[in-house]
Amino acid sequence: MLALNSSTLVQMKNMLAQGWRPVLVIILLLILWEISSRLLDIPTWLLPSPTEIAREGVTSWANYQHHLFSTTKLSVIGFVIGVSVGLLIAVILHLLPTVRQAFYPLLILSQNIPIIVLAPLLVIWFGFGVLPKVLIITLVCFFPIAVATLDGFRQTNQELLHYMRMAGATKGQIFRKLELPHALPSIFSGLKISATYSVMGAVISEWLGANQGIGVYMTLAQSSFRTDRVFVAIVFIMILCLVFFGLIIALEKLLIKWRATEGE
Amino acid sequence: MSELVVEGVTKSFSGKKVLDNISFTVQEGEFVSLLGPSGSGKSTLFHLIGGLFGPDAGNFYLDGNKINGKRGAISYTPQSPSLLPWRTVLDNVVLGAEIFAKPDRPQARMMLEKAGLAGYEDAYPHHLSGGMRQRVAFVRALLSPQDFICLDEPFSALDEFTRLEMQQWLLSIWEQNRKSVLFVTHNIEEAIHLSDRIIVLSSNPATVKREFTIPFERPRDQALLLSEEMLQWKKQIYQELQT
Repeated sequence: MLALNSSTLVQMKNMLAQGWRPVLVIILLLILWEISSRLLDIPTWLLPSPTEIAREGVTSWANYQHHLFSTTKLSVIGFVIGVSVGLLIAVILHLLPTVRQAFYPLLILSQNIPIIVLAPLLVIWFGFGVLPKVLIITLVCFFPIAVATLDGFRQTNQELLHYMRMAGATKGQIFRKLELPHALPSIFSGLKISATYSVMGAVISEWLGANQGIGVYMTLAQSSFRTDRVFVAIVFIMILCLVFFGLIIALEKLLIKWRATEGE
Repeated sequence: MSELVVEGVTKSFSGKKVLDNISFTVQEGEFVSLLGPSGSGKSTLFHLIGGLFGPDAGNFYLDGNKINGKRGAISYTPQSPSLLPWRTVLDNVVLGAEIFAKPDRPQARMMLEKAGLAGYEDAYPHHLSGGMRQRVAFVRALLSPQDFICLDEPFSALDEFTRLEMQQWLLSIWEQNRKSVLFVTHNIEEAIHLSDRIIVLSSNPATVKREFTIPFERPRDQALLLSEEMLQWKKQIYQELQT
């Protein structure tokens, strides 16, 4: 336990030591943007400067914070449902190979339909409530999880599988003791992709019709040429994605302690 | 303790005969080696004994019971140690037992200590050297409820020094427990050093060529490896493999 703590400490130090590089690049880009928008005298409705965006972000916090919470809530609900559906599909398709053969192509087809096309249809069928929005997020979230998890199951080490079978393990024991823990790193790869998709899915679903959310705020800002507000929305979408991503990496570190740092 | 009888086993894969009419027995508490060139179908034979597939012809009996296609009757360790990377050493050695009942952890700790693995109970496999992983795999086989142990070239990936050390270690642990062991190897010296009997296999398809009974007293030590008799046996078996 002590050794583990010290190793996480070292990792954090490394992150701090290396983290300044991207931060520096971002700061330099912002400075460049600020200077050019002042020197070239670009109108605010076309491209607001970073300071103008920041000022808007701070002063109108009270006006848009409910949009922010609404989108966060929607993303989390959609993400949880999407991930559960994805995991469930992966487990079913893995345990029942004939079902996998029948449904796998359908799974891929479901991703070929652009979400922008599908979303209005869902609104026609289910109205403007929460249901069509959650459905959209689920649709974009479940696929990365399902595919990554299935791949994780299928890549189970053959020798370990032989060992378990010859030791007399049942199908259920093989699944619980071998295949599921083996697929855990793959599941986390899927989770990271799904997390960012869920925010995107939430914003898209809000464009279609909602009374609050970052998507609504963005549409309103855009139609009244408040470009600074559009940028505020973009910044918060990025922050939300980063927070989700960070939470999942933290969970991964917690659950997959055994992973060899240099690889087996 | 248990006794394995292999009776006229034949197996083909996609029209190619891999095993041809193989018969031999392993007595209670006996250490028998299958010696043959690499790729002579030895691993296939293990997969058949372990019940992964059924033989095309012939039978396997364990203590008189037919075990064709029956899994869980023997304890098997594949060529690689096959430890679960997310389990600690202690959790890995109880795996074989855990499949059938609640594992006895205090006993597992004791066994690890005897096997020279004290202090590594909570380490993960990737922290261990190749030789230590093989020790863990063998302790797992000993702790498994099955009384018959199959080892598939366990030391083939180790360097010469570690291999000798591991042979000696295996002998000392095995002499305390005396479960029946069927050991596959392509190393003549290793087979003589460890076994009561050696069954020489030919390849393509594998058949039993000849059986040798090794008369050396137990416990055996490393001095045996340099003795005159060892050389005689080695010569004899080498000639058998050549023809």
